[in-house]
Parts: sequence; C-alpha cells; structure tokens
Amino acid sequence: MKVLLVDDEKELVTTLAERLSLRGWEAQWATSAEEALDRLKSEAFDIAVLDVKMPRVDGLLLKKKMQAMCPAMKFIFVTGHGSSQDFQTGASEVGADYYLVKPLNIDTLTAKMNEALRR
Amino acid sequence: MTTDSGLVGRAGLQFYGKMCASISHDIKNVLAVINENAGLVEDLCFAAERGKPLDPLRLKRAAADVKAQIRRGDEIISGMNRFAHSVDSDSVQVNLLEIIDLLAAISVRFAAMRGLTLQIDRSESGATVTTSPFLLLNLLWLCLEQAMEASGPDRKVALAAERISGGVCLRFRGLEGLKAAPLGGLSAEPAASLCCALSAEVRADAQTGEILVQLAGGRG
Repeated sequence: MKVLLVDDEKELVTTLAERLSLRGWEAQWATSAEEALDRLKSEAFDIAVLDVKMPRVDGLLLKKKMQAMCPAMKFIFVTGHGSSQDFQTGASEVGADYYLVKPLNIDTLTAKMNEALRR
Repeated sequence: MTTDSGLVGRAGLQFYGKMCASISHDIKNVLAVINENAGLVEDLCFAAERGKPLDPLRLKRAAADVKAQIRRGDEIISGMNRFAHSVDSDSVQVNLLEIIDLLAAISVRFAAMRGLTLQIDRSESGATVTTSPFLLLNLLWLCLEQAMEASGPDRKVALAAERISGGVCLRFRGLEGLKAAPLGGLSAEPAASLCCALSAEVRADAQTGEILVQLAGGRG
C-alpha cells in the first residue's frame, strides 16, 4: 500500500517513511501542502498521513484539496495538541475519522492506517 | 487613556496561554523526531537480530538527528524559561535588543505558519528602559501580529530597537501593506490599556511601512 506522509518537520517524515518502509509500506513524504499536491498530480496514493499545523496551508485544508483530486484516498491526521480530544472539533468539520497525537506510536499508526484502508 | 488593569490581566493571560500552547507544540515536534529516531534504531537492531547487517552510518545519522533535536529543544525551553521569568518584576531595566530577541524566539512558530521570517537588526544593542517586561512583550506581540498581517512580498518582518530623544523606540519594518491608523491599527483594547500602563505610544507609518512603539524614559 502506498502512503504519503506530509509534515513540515522533515526529519520526522523522512524517518517515519523509513520505518514504514521497513514494515512493507511504500512510503513517500512531502514537507509542505504545496509539495504534497504536486506529488499527487503525478502519483496515486492509498492513504495520507497529514500534520494538522503546517505553514500557509494547514492539514485540514490540504485534506479537502487532496480529496478533491483523489476521492478514494484515506486520511489520518497527526497533531501536536495535548490530546486528540482538543483536536476533535476541527477534525470532525472536515470528516477526519483518524487522528493521532505526537509523538507517534508506529504500531498504533499502522493499525489506524490498516483500519482506514479496510473501511 | 487609562489603564484597565482587569483587561490588561485578561489580555496577559490570553497572551501567556497562546505562547505556552505554541511552545508546547514545538516541544512535541522535537519529541516526535527523537521518538522516530529511537524507533528506527530499534527497528534496525531488530532487523540485525534476524541477520540483516547494521549500517553504522545510518546509526550515526540517527544519533546526530537526536543531538540536533536536543539542541533545538534546549533553545525552545530556554526561550520559554526567559518568557516565564518576564512576569517576575513589574519594573526592571530591560535591554530592548534582548526583549525583541525573546519576542522573536517565542513568536517564530507563528511567523513560520504564515510563511514569514523575523529579522532582528542588532546595530543598536545598548538601548534600555525601566518597565514591566511582560507587559512590554504583550504589547510588542500585538504589534507583531499586526506587522505579520501587513508584511510585504518578501515575507519578512524586521525588528529593531533604538534610542530616540527622551526615550527609546522599537520598530517593525518591511510592512508594505500597512495602513495608517490610530494605535498602529491594533484593536483599541487591550492595546490602549497596555500603552497606558507602559507609558508607550504606538503608531503606524504607512509611508515607511513601519509600526513604531515609543517608550518614554529609556536610556542608551
């Protein structure tokens, strides 16, 4: 399965991509919304993992744009909020079913990715 | 103008909360990167136990990333500590270059979210004023928010401190979208009460693209 990781923390997405690759995922990354949208023009992904707070275009708006390009794509949000509950109001507005709090537990992340893809 | 102490207190608490939330986000990002690097080392060790050779260069890179994040975290927490101590005294001698350094340190994430960079002009390092550092930071933050809205196409806001006749002045420069307005375009409150409490005057100069904060009684 092909996953696109989007976060302005480059060291985070590159390392996470490497770890997901070791687990059999085809993982790619982008460090901005603009880069993610560019990538989506030439490649298809099954799922995206998006940081909520990013410069210029945040994760919630990025999800809307990506979904308009790839309606079947699934999304998981990650946030630096204190708890996932703090983030739920904003997330529910864009129909985000899955959100995780940083720092991530990779087993939880992959479980949520599999769950989202099964839906 | 009069000082509404309740209003200044509420505004101060909102400012403090906003900054703490932003700083905690930054710290979360630092921890997230360290966490992924620690996880990667675990993954590589796990693979090595199953016969895949360990790549020492990859391990060194992970260690270097962790060290870099620890340095970054230390800078963030040092800024947070200086900010927390800004409430210690209501009247203390404040070095203006240090105060704009601190403002930039705690605001850098807000600027980055807008795709902006903050530049500090260090040519005037000796200007001081006796004031409340926290209230001054709060007023300067309101000015910076306004300045970030009015920044030009180069996406930079420059901050400078200088001595002027009878006081000191802080400038936010490079604001091509600035419009002349009372209080530099800031909301009347809490800016007016903060100005009154600090004996400060804020004005916007649309021609030069600057917001100026003048404080009486400064020293060079």
